[in-house]
Amino acid sequence: MKITFPHIGNTYITAKSFLDDFGSEYVVPPFNTNKTLELGSKYTSEAHCLPFKLFVGNMLQAHELGADTMLITGGCGPCKLGYFGEMLKKTAAEIGIKMDIITLEVPDQGIKELAARIKKVSGGSNYLNVAKAVNAAKNVAVQLDNLERLSRIKRARQLEKGSVDKIYRGFQTGILEVSGSKEILKFIRQTEKTLKKLPVNEKARPLKVGIVGEIYTTIEPYANFSIERMLGNMGVEVTRQVTVSGWIINDMLKKGLHLPVESEDVRESKAYMSSMVGGHAHHTVGNTVVHAKEGYDGVIHIYPLGCMPEIVSQAILPAVEENHQIPVMTIIRDEMTGEAGFNTRVEAFVDLIKKRREEHLNEQNKMLYGY
Amino acid sequence: MNRIKCYMGIDVGSVSTNITLIDEENNVLDKQYLRTEGQPIESIRKGLKDIDRRIGKNIVVSGVGATGSGRQLAAAIVGADVVKNEITAHAVAAQKTIPDVRTIIEIGGQDSKIILLKNQVVHDFAMNTVCAAGTGSFLDRQASRIGIAIEDFGSYALKSKNPVRIAGRCAVFAESDMIHKQQMGHSREDIIGGLCDALVRNYLANLAKGKRLDSPVVFQGGVAANIGIVRAFEKALGVGIIIPEHFDVMGAYGVALLARENVQAASGKTQFNGFDKLNGSYTTESRECSGCSNCCEIVQITLDDDPVACWGDKCGKWSGTA
Repeated sequence: MKITFPHIGNTYITAKSFLDDFGSEYVVPPFNTNKTLELGSKYTSEAHCLPFKLFVGNMLQAHELGADTMLITGGCGPCKLGYFGEMLKKTAAEIGIKMDIITLEVPDQGIKELAARIKKVSGGSNYLNVAKAVNAAKNVAVQLDNLERLSRIKRARQLEKGSVDKIYRGFQTGILEVSGSKEILKFIRQTEKTLKKLPVNEKARPLKVGIVGEIYTTIEPYANFSIERMLGNMGVEVTRQVTVSGWIINDMLKKGLHLPVESEDVRESKAYMSSMVGGHAHHTVGNTVVHAKEGYDGVIHIYPLGCMPEIVSQAILPAVEENHQIPVMTIIRDEMTGEAGFNTRVEAFVDLIKKRREEHLNEQNKMLYGY
Repeated sequence: MNRIKCYMGIDVGSVSTNITLIDEENNVLDKQYLRTEGQPIESIRKGLKDIDRRIGKNIVVSGVGATGSGRQLAAAIVGADVVKNEITAHAVAAQKTIPDVRTIIEIGGQDSKIILLKNQVVHDFAMNTVCAAGTGSFLDRQASRIGIAIEDFGSYALKSKNPVRIAGRCAVFAESDMIHKQQMGHSREDIIGGLCDALVRNYLANLAKGKRLDSPVVFQGGVAANIGIVRAFEKALGVGIIIPEHFDVMGAYGVALLARENVQAASGKTQFNGFDKLNGSYTTESRECSGCSNCCEIVQITLDDDPVACWGDKCGKWSGTA
């Protein structure tokens, strides 16, 4: 059995840690590129959402490298993601490749079924070892998200443009050479130290933008044209509340152990949507409210074309925009979206919030256009 | 002899390349409206050479700004102090002309925008995402299909007594619907009038999307020259529409203003390469980088064997080299 998994941001590191700990054989698929999307689009219907097309692309590229089993995460929620497992199986059969799909989610059969699935991946390890590896992977995911958070703060304040990216890129490729959760955590801590030492402009008061929307397109840089990096290099501090570690803790572990999952953003969203419509709609609306209350300068809402929960959110966001007086821009991504148009919109949005802050603060030192 | 200090704005769009020169008092000294014709470098050179020939001796360029979809390219070739997106450039220009402007309608060659302002700050904007049915290129095409000059398009529309209803959702449907109406025997005037109404409907449905369009409304971009479209907008919105004097070069005008602001606030020294440099031979070369699986398409621009700009890579490996 040679395992693989789809890409979503830095999750490959979490998956790697998990599989390293079991000593499983696996391949990390090539990072998402236009080629991945091309491959995925070839074998899927036009109407499928972008994440699914990329999942299929990852599956095919990993298959070329010898993978025969794919680990995916799924949600039992009312969104297409809940069907990804079945759809991938069907697509693999249609293409005519052999690929087992193992969905890591808490199915209707309960946590036992999940444990059994993980046990299969682990090659028959006992439950104690499985629990240990799950816990270690969770820690890796949490530390990764902390590292991402730190890099966003540093990027908005860096003295030399691109200096954070350089460290970060080194991290993303260097980590592939490191094996096992212990070593991975060590490498993350090292990178954190390097980042912390980076000289920054301490006096900067960067513009703050929250990114909300569908989980895949907000996290995977390929799907959002590295919007975090782009904004950061313009001197904007980015916050993204929906993270992979949050998903592992809330949607996989807590839900599985029947612990209550309640967060500020979900509470705040209740005024606008009383019932769950699936996906991350609650978080999108709720986080927009939270960001507005925290005094953010703006919110960017991203989702893949045809994502039902986010279409609902988009219809609600103008009300939040009006009630809390926070600019919100929605960007819809599909395989046709041109990067130039995307950049123009983001740039114009940053100009907008910059002027707006200037107006609000009525400062003496006028901010100028141009970065 | 004292040379006039001036600032240059260059707007390289899909259909036209516009160059504007302004003086210290923001007056437009010179403007150029050239067809890009798929050769942005050539059209920039043509425009600049023309300016140099006519008034080059009397002016000194103290700042340059670039905007439009070809802004990076223009900035690299000419040497720009400010590179700015079209939305900001158009907003700045409109505000300079009509300070309390609330709504800006901009229709260019291949895209259209709406910009809404509140308290003299842009508070919302949209660019067309669905289709190009409402834009200049489409009008150009239809005019030539009907066999009239685009310049006469508007006056035909005004002669229409009973404009036909044309489906404006999409360029392809609009065209086939138009042909259908033509074969039914409707007059040319009524078809053109109907087309103007359809394009305005399309614009309002795709871009305005139920937003409140407060007066004063400014209409700019090449299509504002089309009196038929202007009247159709006035009919649909129920308010008068202001066409600024330099409606066709507003993007270039806006970015020239930004260039002046920036150069004066910063060092006061411009990055402008000078008119002489334009005589060199520019070559562009594109290739696929094989450094990683991203396979980025790299474009490199060289001036007489000297690399001046490079972009297209995701990682910054090449864009830092020029």
